[in-house]
Amino acid sequence: MAGRIVVPFGPQHPVLPEPIHLDLVLEDERVVEAIPSIGYVHRGLEKLVEKRDFKDFVYIAERICGICSFTHSVGYCKAIEAIMDLQVPERAQYLRTIWSEYSRLHSHLLWLGLYADAMGFENLFMNAWRIRETILDAMEETTGGRVIQGVCKVGGVRRDISDAKLKEMTAKLDSIGGEIEDLCHVFFDDASVKHRSVGVGMLSKEDAHKLGAVGPVAKGSGIALDLRQTGYSAYGSLDFKPIVETGCDCYSRCIVRAKELAQSVDLIKQAAANIPAGDIEVKVKGNPDGEYFSRVEQPRGECIHYVKANGSKNILRERVRTPSSANIPPLVKMLEGCQMADVPVIVLSIDPCIGCAER
Amino acid sequence: MSGLTKSPWIIHYDASSCNGCDIEVLACLTPLYDVERFGILNTGNPKHADIFVVTGSVNEQNRQVIKNIYDQMPKPNVVIGVGICACSGGVFKECYNVAGGVGQVIPVDVYVPGCSVRPEQIIDGVVKALGILEEKRAAFAAESKKGTDTGANADAKKDGGN
Repeated sequence: MAGRIVVPFGPQHPVLPEPIHLDLVLEDERVVEAIPSIGYVHRGLEKLVEKRDFKDFVYIAERICGICSFTHSVGYCKAIEAIMDLQVPERAQYLRTIWSEYSRLHSHLLWLGLYADAMGFENLFMNAWRIRETILDAMEETTGGRVIQGVCKVGGVRRDISDAKLKEMTAKLDSIGGEIEDLCHVFFDDASVKHRSVGVGMLSKEDAHKLGAVGPVAKGSGIALDLRQTGYSAYGSLDFKPIVETGCDCYSRCIVRAKELAQSVDLIKQAAANIPAGDIEVKVKGNPDGEYFSRVEQPRGECIHYVKANGSKNILRERVRTPSSANIPPLVKMLEGCQMADVPVIVLSIDPCIGCAER
Repeated sequence: MSGLTKSPWIIHYDASSCNGCDIEVLACLTPLYDVERFGILNTGNPKHADIFVVTGSVNEQNRQVIKNIYDQMPKPNVVIGVGICACSGGVFKECYNVAGGVGQVIPVDVYVPGCSVRPEQIIDGVVKALGILEEKRAAFAAESKKGTDTGANADAKKDGGN
């Protein structure tokens, strides 16, 4: 048997848009062990609660990650609103749902593109990102920002979407529906995509559960874990089921995300059809006092915002558990025994968001 | 070689950005903005790159990585700090693990502020960087010409001796 060698992977690597470092222990072409080391993107922003008041911290929460920015602000605001017992108007809840689903669309399209890029399928990468621009246009038209929106605040949202605009948005989604379908068709059926991803990066249902996988990684291993089912924002009044695949490989995780595109479009349409009229914010008086665990479903899975406050304008402690940090132990498990050439595809298959994971 | 002056290759590194600027850097390359049609490519290899695009601020862990990438790039090259974090630290300036902008580690030629930066701004920054790259190349060429005229070999020997 050949001796073992250690190949460093990252932090700067062509396939990684973000820095993470893995020491890959190899026997010939087979990965025996993967040892992750992190800290390249750590900023220490949880500590900023001491310097910013609880309303300003929404901006920081949004900048934990530029891809799931909107869902981070929803998670944080939800925690503060629960502590202060604020009744957020229905219309604001629906608007949050619509923007959350738009974030999911943009995040998944981004990921599908990067995943295609990791396989060397440039054409597919460009196509996914081309479709994604129409989603970003809708975000920009309604919130003013492409990737960081700044539209969610404690007690509601900052901007309203007119009914005419909502109609226009759903019409636009209808018009790109065919393109999304064509794109998904390639991910579902293309021989080269299947060749690179079926049976690659296996994570059994037991392992996924034991190692605490969340989001599409858990869903791809047969665990129906979707926090939207808890009915926060307006999800309680919308009709949907978590998408679950049982292949346990990179292909299943890809299919989950591709199917969630159609689900998000459907959720946006449902929300746009049922959105009630009314205010979009409530007045916030006083300071929060108490603690709360807020759980939301991000494009990458479950995200927890824990907030502890003592009645002053600065909260005492904010703790974020992001889906990407939860998915790193399952990733290490998937890498064991894989081929060196499959490492980029497997790393990408958890949709690593290092900005989130390290904060 | 004149065709190459308008088609620099780019290397991108995420120092400690939130991703917002990184995905906008990538968005520049994809069909809506599509700088690849001008031959501007995103390369993963510092040795192939003319322009170093850094997003995010500096911390202790990535300080050396930024320096390594910069040192491996052939000179002359241009560094662009993309996003307010790369300029000064931005909203994270007061965080305990943020040392400040990229200028602390390597010389930055163009700053592109914004949170997050729009692709149009990044492209503007790259266009500006092209001008600077041309100036640097001209200066570099003049310098090496002077070197040959006055006997570069003698100089090299002298440097080697030191």
